Amino acid sequence: MKKRLLSLLLMLAPTLALSAAGGVHLDKANIDPDNQQSLQRGARLFVNYCLSCHAAALMRYERMGHDLGISEPVVAENLMFTGGRVGELMTVATDPDDAVEWFGTVPPDLSVIARSRGVDWLYTYLRSFYKDGSRVTGVNNLVFPDVGMPFALWELQGWQKPIITTVRDPDGTERKVVELELEEPGLLSPKEYDRAVRDLVNFLDYMAEPGKHERRALGVKVIMFLLVFLVVAYLMKKEFWKDVH
Amino acid sequence: MAEKWKTGLLGWIDARFPLSQMWNEHLAEYYAPKNFNFWYYFGSLALLVLVMQIVTGIWLTMNYKPDALLAFNSVEYIMRDVNWGWLIRYMHSTGASFFFIVVYLHMFRALLYGSYKKPRELIWIFGMIIYVCLMAEAFMGYLLPWGQMSYWGAQVIISLFGAIPGIGEALALWIRGDYVISDVTLNRFFAFHVIAVPIILLALVVMHILALHEVGSNNPDGVEIKKNKGPDGHPVDGIPFHPYYTVKDIVGVIVFLILFCIAVFFTPELGGYFLEHDNFVPADPLKTPEHIKPLWYFTPFYAVLRAVPDKFLGVVAMGAAIVLLFFLPWLDRSPVKSIRYRGTSYKLALVVFIISFIALGYLGGEPATPLLTNFARVFSILYFAFFAALLIIPIFEKTKPVPDRVTS
Repeated sequence: MKKRLLSLLLMLAPTLALSAAGGVHLDKANIDPDNQQSLQRGARLFVNYCLSCHAAALMRYERMGHDLGISEPVVAENLMFTGGRVGELMTVATDPDDAVEWFGTVPPDLSVIARSRGVDWLYTYLRSFYKDGSRVTGVNNLVFPDVGMPFALWELQGWQKPIITTVRDPDGTERKVVELELEEPGLLSPKEYDRAVRDLVNFLDYMAEPGKHERRALGVKVIMFLLVFLVVAYLMKKEFWKDVH
Repeated sequence: MAEKWKTGLLGWIDARFPLSQMWNEHLAEYYAPKNFNFWYYFGSLALLVLVMQIVTGIWLTMNYKPDALLAFNSVEYIMRDVNWGWLIRYMHSTGASFFFIVVYLHMFRALLYGSYKKPRELIWIFGMIIYVCLMAEAFMGYLLPWGQMSYWGAQVIISLFGAIPGIGEALALWIRGDYVISDVTLNRFFAFHVIAVPIILLALVVMHILALHEVGSNNPDGVEIKKNKGPDGHPVDGIPFHPYYTVKDIVGVIVFLILFCIAVFFTPELGGYFLEHDNFVPADPLKTPEHIKPLWYFTPFYAVLRAVPDKFLGVVAMGAAIVLLFFLPWLDRSPVKSIRYRGTSYKLALVVFIISFIALGYLGGEPATPLLTNFARVFSILYFAFFAALLIIPIFEKTKPVPDRVTS
């Protein structure tokens, strides 16, 4: 089933340019923002695999630790590789000029990436890299064709290779379908890898709006208050309007 | 009542400033028709949203940086590091969309009950100027977060001025202050958004309300309550705005706030309608987003613009779609105000007009495929046909007799 979905993805890939627009099928990320362990695992993946090239310069280590239930010493020791204080922003040491030389562009800041791309896009994207000898990086991506990013998670997932077949539609038109197949397994099984990506995307989603949890919790209280207020206001209106005929 | 206050602090003030007089003229002794219905909540709600936008705007200004290098990050700084910053920002961004929801419903009310007709033409004109100012305010405010859609939306809209023959390019350059949208544009839009336009808006709102209170409110029956005055000199079908409509409007305000808070707290992006996904990518003058579209409240006019093949004529059509509304009091010559007593032809025309407006709003947010562009053309024609229909309908329209008094 997943293969078929991926084949569908690749079939549609040429129609889309650079963004999640268009009819690309995206797998559901099904993240659980209330699962703190998932967020913690995602944070560890993020600082290990992403933060060396991508910054998250709108996010503070301290806030992350506080929201994810990680104590400051643990944050400083296990999640900060650049030294500095926990109150600092999650910047990256890479020189932008070097980055352009290496990747052709400065890797985008990931602080709010989940809000521009959406979690489903990120979840599918990180699972859709495949070997492509024609690319400088040696990889291509179904969701983001000709992406400049090397596949940073390769040691976890392993390498996928494309299998291109031609199918004939009922109406007689031929089209190419590309399926992805795991060629060399990585450290994780496909199931474990999906979970790891889900954790990572969960963290990216948290980071895009750290106050989301607080927002929703407060919203419930505010609306409950307004509902009570509504009853009182309605009764007051009724009382005043008794003498209007 | 007033006698009692002749002394004391209020007496002291009243001798120097018409405080009690103003209170009475505009609230306690402003007689409004007693038969206001659902559609009559949106005037006071618009005032509420205006105040909310100004207050939240003041607080946003305390931490926002109108600088192309800092603007995007300063908004996220407000969202993350400023105490309650996320709430203030979401109230402001959601408030912008709710302002247009409220104003569109408020304007629709005028179409339903002929509220723009004599003697209320000036109320309508002031209201229309408020609407145009509000569009300018929203447009310039949307540049401030300095995201991709802020940048390219502004780029597209300002380039429209370039379509004007002769002076176009010079005019667009003058508005931007640069050859492309840049830091200069951001700074001047900030100045207009936080000072110039709000001052004009406030002045216009005062004029809108003064004009209303001069002639008195219309009502769902479209009858003039001032024609039937009781022995006390007050309209028999009128009730003092305060306390009757203040307590009634409080109920409306709370229902409104519940809906508003559902948006603010649970879906501040509303799937990309209130905050667009692309606007979470910092503005990049070298990278054009695939699909540039304005926010939902501009899309009906954007659809009209794109429906016309020629760029300049498209700008003219878009302008006409707004300007024609100013002339409603003189286009619609039927002596009957309320839709309750008008003929089927007007009802039909209004339904088609509203459907066209909503359809154009949808189409303006979609990519301009050939099929959708053809739809936009049909609905643009229907939109403009409404104004022609208003001229013709009264000639053959069979209206119902309008009662002397309001019905309850």
